[in-house]
Amino acid sequence: MSTVAVEVPALPDVHYLNVSYGWRSWLLTTDHKRIAWLYLLAITFFFFVGGAAATLMRLNLIEPQGSLLEPATYNKLFTVHGLIMIFFFLAPAVPAVLGNFLIPIMIGARDVAFPRLNLLSWYIFMLGGSVFLYAVIGGGVDTGWTFYTPLSTTYVNTNVISAAMGIFISGFSSILTGLNFVVTIHKMRAPGLTWFRLPLFIWSMYAASVIFILAMPVIAITMVLLMLERFFHVGIFDPALGGDPILFQHLFWFFGHPEVYILILPSMGVISELVAAFARKRVFGYSFVAFSSVAIAVISFLVWAHHMFVSGMSIYAGLVFSALSFAVAIPSAIKVFNWTATMYQGSVSYDAPMLYAIGFIGLFTMGGLTGLFLASLAVDVHVHDTYFIVAHFHYIMVGGAVMGYLGGIHYWWPKMTGRLYPEGWARLSALIIFIGFNLTFGPQFILGYVGMPRRYSVYPAEFQILNVMSSAGASILAVGYIIPLIYLLWSARYGPPAGPNPWGAKGLEWLTSSPPPTHNFEETPIVTEEAYAYAQEEA
Amino acid sequence: MSEGHAQALVAEQFDDVEQQRGATSLGMWVFLATEVLFFGGLFCGYTLYRGLYSSAFEAGSHLLKIKFGASYTVMLICSSLTMALGVRAAQLRRRKALLIFLIITILLGAAFVFIKLRYEWYGDYLEHLVPGIDFAPEGENLVVIQRFGAALPHVSLFMFLYFVMTGVHALHMIIGVGLLATLFILAWRGHFTGGHYEPVEISGLYWHFVDIVWIFLFPLLYLIGGRY
Repeated sequence: MSTVAVEVPALPDVHYLNVSYGWRSWLLTTDHKRIAWLYLLAITFFFFVGGAAATLMRLNLIEPQGSLLEPATYNKLFTVHGLIMIFFFLAPAVPAVLGNFLIPIMIGARDVAFPRLNLLSWYIFMLGGSVFLYAVIGGGVDTGWTFYTPLSTTYVNTNVISAAMGIFISGFSSILTGLNFVVTIHKMRAPGLTWFRLPLFIWSMYAASVIFILAMPVIAITMVLLMLERFFHVGIFDPALGGDPILFQHLFWFFGHPEVYILILPSMGVISELVAAFARKRVFGYSFVAFSSVAIAVISFLVWAHHMFVSGMSIYAGLVFSALSFAVAIPSAIKVFNWTATMYQGSVSYDAPMLYAIGFIGLFTMGGLTGLFLASLAVDVHVHDTYFIVAHFHYIMVGGAVMGYLGGIHYWWPKMTGRLYPEGWARLSALIIFIGFNLTFGPQFILGYVGMPRRYSVYPAEFQILNVMSSAGASILAVGYIIPLIYLLWSARYGPPAGPNPWGAKGLEWLTSSPPPTHNFEETPIVTEEAYAYAQEEA
Repeated sequence: MSEGHAQALVAEQFDDVEQQRGATSLGMWVFLATEVLFFGGLFCGYTLYRGLYSSAFEAGSHLLKIKFGASYTVMLICSSLTMALGVRAAQLRRRKALLIFLIITILLGAAFVFIKLRYEWYGDYLEHLVPGIDFAPEGENLVVIQRFGAALPHVSLFMFLYFVMTGVHALHMIIGVGLLATLFILAWRGHFTGGHYEPVEISGLYWHFVDIVWIFLFPLLYLIGGRY
């Protein structure tokens, strides 16, 4: 290994980034690596739009009476924030960027199974995003991201139909991406790469893809029914006709809860890669971690009604859904324990991606444990629709999913660009994000527990201190997100060449050059060892 | 088939025909799983309200035009047969047979869509049976509804489900006809009968799926209420 390290790395002469030039070579590309970049640009844009909405909300909440916004504007902001972050940032973040870039390389394939379909997915995503932005610019939508009926179908006067249309369209992008990944992972693996030699990132992406395939069509048909009902003033959720709004909630959450796992599973896969690479050890209990992803995907379809404990549901159904929700903690805990056990007695190095991974493990644990509070019927009734919920799912979505995404972007950035990012800045911003995040959302647990409801632009004066803390944290968090934007862009052009394997990590993606050639490998690799075979090397 | 010919039929991301065939077919099966869930939302709504308002659903079923429903069923079952024969013809590399079976399937599918929109739905419209646009059953229809003691809003719920479910199905038929028309043009130019028949095979899978959806829709919508 040391002999490799003394060579001065240089970029390869021809790679996927310089093989052709011009906007056509990007907009008509079928190269999964270039499509990953197309997604990266789009979701980064959406991330900062959604972030701007959150910033305005936090500014408003500095004062009890609201310092900035009309209540109606506030309602539109939290709706837009939720919809953008869930459908146009987090859902495509790890799958469509890192998944697209890495899945074919990690399994030793030249591309995904259906490259043109892959490009089509991006165009569908952009079309859905454009329709949604049109809805936002043309007056916004204020139903909350859940579109509950009859509020959304009868009572609000905002752009529900166009917003729902944006969600409907972008859903097909996710379905096709999921389909592509499932087929790719089944059919395109290199010789010798059996299921139990796959990197755990692939297992996670597989589980998430299955959820894409089975959950997204349900939101699609639900959005169709919603649009029809709003447009024609007739439909199956309309109480005036004997329809049941609760049916909407069931259909929505049958999609909505698996969706949560779509957001977190891919990041869990990233964390498995990071922990193994920076602890220099095979992931402890590989098959348990692999099957826990599958278990999460399966159980995720059986817990949806825990969002509806106060919606008027049979108490016995509540008991069952409560118990099943507890069950999902088991595979999640398996992952957390096994990552920790992997680090135990490993040679851990604290590079920026590992800082994100460690942050993920801590914050996800907080988010997961508070999820158990919420799965308990009595506690849920107390804190339902309060900031406790807001804090809980932000610990999962931001503390978990976004941390995993950023860790993954840093870890594979040298592979994507061929260049190293500035490590000092990266560690600093990881630290800033961790502090800013906890300051933003930690106080919200307390706010919610003492009774501050979510989705209000004003609040009683006694909640002000905690709200100011939260807003201060949000500003720190914003700085933490802007710094990587700057140095990553800088390093893509001016960073020192990384060489094929800057981390000395295992995995097929580190065997090819950085950036990889268009077909990923000069010749198809033949796999002869299990994933994360660090021990053999050091023995 | 010569080795060189086989290479040209394999897209660059695949190693060989075998891998390509497996991937294409798995892709369609996965897509159909998506479709099951897509229709599943509608069937879920149907199940709930049929349980809640069974008399309205039975009355609503009597408002539908059974002779159309029955003839669609015959047409679609026949089209599934011709589609299957078309796939077989492609596998056996018989271009002429493939073209004939494709055109029959297309005609049956197009006839389904045309009759559904032009005669059945338009007839429903004339009878004021379209919720959201013009729903005011009268004459014999009203008598039927009263005979079942069904509430009008609940009947409109049934009619709404009928239009959405058969509408989504008809949309799938239109897409299917477009798909088969494309196959027909390509088959005319000699594609698919040189060993590269996967597009015909997976379009066939899609076509059968859409037919099967109808096999569920027909009895659930047209045949309930002790009608036969």
